[in-house]
Amino acid sequence: MDFQVERGGRASKNAAITLLIVLSALTAGPYWLNAGHQSVLMEIFYFLALAQLWNLMAGFAGVVSLGQQAFVGIGGYTLFAAIAWWGIPPLVALALAGIVGLLVALPVVHMVFRLQGAYLAIGTWVVAEVLGLGVSQIESLGAGSGMSLPIEVADSIEIAFIDRDGVLYLGALFLLVTGNLCAYGLLRSRFGLALTAIRDNESAAAASGVDCKRVKLVVYLATALGTSLLGALIYLTKFRISPAAAFDINWTSYIIFIVVIGGVGTLEGPIVGTIVFFLLREYLADTGTWYLVILGLLSVAIMLKWPAGIWGSIAKRFDLKLFPTGRRLRVSDREL
Amino acid sequence: MSLLEVRHLAKSFGAVKVADDLSFMLEKGAALGVIGPNGAGKSSMFHLIGGSLKPGAGQILLDGADITALRPEQRCRAGIARTFQVPQPFSKMTVFENLLVPSAFGAGAAEPDGDRYCVQVLEQTGLLRKANQPAGTLTLLERKRLELARALAARPRLLLLDEIAGGLTEHETAQLVETIKEINRSGTAIIWIEHIVHALTAVVQRLMVINFGAKVADGSPGEVMGSTIVKRIYMGIEVA
Ligand SMILES: Nc1ncnc2c1ncn2[C@@H]1O[C@H](COP(=O)(O)OP(=O)(O)OP(=O)(O)O)[C@@H](O)[C@H]1O
Ligand SMILES: [Mg+2]
Repeated sequence: MDFQVERGGRASKNAAITLLIVLSALTAGPYWLNAGHQSVLMEIFYFLALAQLWNLMAGFAGVVSLGQQAFVGIGGYTLFAAIAWWGIPPLVALALAGIVGLLVALPVVHMVFRLQGAYLAIGTWVVAEVLGLGVSQIESLGAGSGMSLPIEVADSIEIAFIDRDGVLYLGALFLLVTGNLCAYGLLRSRFGLALTAIRDNESAAAASGVDCKRVKLVVYLATALGTSLLGALIYLTKFRISPAAAFDINWTSYIIFIVVIGGVGTLEGPIVGTIVFFLLREYLADTGTWYLVILGLLSVAIMLKWPAGIWGSIAKRFDLKLFPTGRRLRVSDREL
Repeated sequence: MSLLEVRHLAKSFGAVKVADDLSFMLEKGAALGVIGPNGAGKSSMFHLIGGSLKPGAGQILLDGADITALRPEQRCRAGIARTFQVPQPFSKMTVFENLLVPSAFGAGAAEPDGDRYCVQVLEQTGLLRKANQPAGTLTLLERKRLELARALAARPRLLLLDEIAGGLTEHETAQLVETIKEINRSGTAIIWIEHIVHALTAVVQRLMVINFGAKVADGSPGEVMGSTIVKRIYMGIEVA
């Protein structure tokens, strides 16, 4: 029998073209956006990247971590330490931050992976708290009150004719795009098949020959690396770091909010979630604490009403896939 | 050497014994039917053979090698595939993708070759028309068929079927029997748990009865169904 396996679909072609146009416009951002808009977009980029990583780990691999702030903090502090202690150039320090994050994740993974479900979630949180407390004991990093980057360092971040803000903006965009491309490529690969099977049913995946533990481990480590890189970039843009801010559980709360309202276990969900998150922040910023209360209530409401999230519900209704990771079968040239 | 050897397997949940000194052997390419009252420990036996449940005592050997310590995915790769009594599909993946998972990771097939085999299995199990449908949208009967198809896609040497005929019409049951016979003829050994005895006996040469986790009868279908102990167990069920 003649058959063909197709990847992709109608919506995805249009989506790819739209995406390319949007990305080109964003890449040219430093030329046509003012500093204020650039900095908001930059924040959107790194929140989306953080959310996409958490989504891979929790939404697909089922490792629900509440401790991603550990890696934001480790990344940020590695960068500051590398610059302050050894005078390493910021962009090199950024790469170093990713490596250190991965090194920290290795022993952590052996601890937390002994735990299951809620215990694992709490375990990751505790690890983050402990790391934050540890860092706040280091005098040469400003202990509990934190530290700032020397002004010369800040001024050194410019490449040719692009100024500091532009470089940081492009760096965030670069991390976002490569991160998403990696996630997309990963999900379309053989490894992605295993990951998607685990998302849907772990015991059936194991019975089908998938080494679930190994898949989870790989995803956890990759997420740690990516989150540390992002943490370093985030604090490079802020020029100031403190343990309380860098190891704040709110990093993870916001990420979870984004993923949950957008839609867990899809690549499109976190994009929708990030847009909603920033719109809410824009309009509710003046309400102070109410902002957090509303975020919380909204995510509970969505979890109850649309457990698949905003994107998940729309996609199901209209059979939409912008980033198709699946495989469609065509037999003898007819669609089944 | 036997394909499968189960030696003195024991497992309890508190006071409930789901495996009680259970021993039996299965030859390569053979077909064994398993019956027993509800809660007797039949599915638990599959959990033990499949590796999702660890025995309290005893060993399981495949081709003479001890696999008791192997994890489920390792046993699948070694050639044991199972269906779940309560279907466990990958709900958001399509039916075709459901099969690709065991094909890639259980059978270790590369794409073009594995894809071709999965299409064959879809055809054999009558699921080809549903290939691109998310598994979560299937009816219960279709899900049971998917369980069979997914297990087959792992290209097992030993296939464990847990009540896949329940709820089928006479005609559908006859079709299923034909499919299973065909699978068995191609060399795959089968252990089939089913309450519908006439469907079982159409396929298997041997029947085993389990009660309270223990093997109470094992032999040709005629012998087993005629034995007094089996009559007593099933009479008991009818009265209750
Ligand atoms: N994880 C568990 N914890 C406690 N008890 C369990 C567990 N799993 C199974 N049991 C009990 O073990 C007994 C055997 O269950 P099992 O599913 O193996 O029976 P079965 O022979 O397959 O029955 P059925 O014909 O209804 O499918 C039942 O009484 C069940 O309630
Ligand atoms: Mg059962």
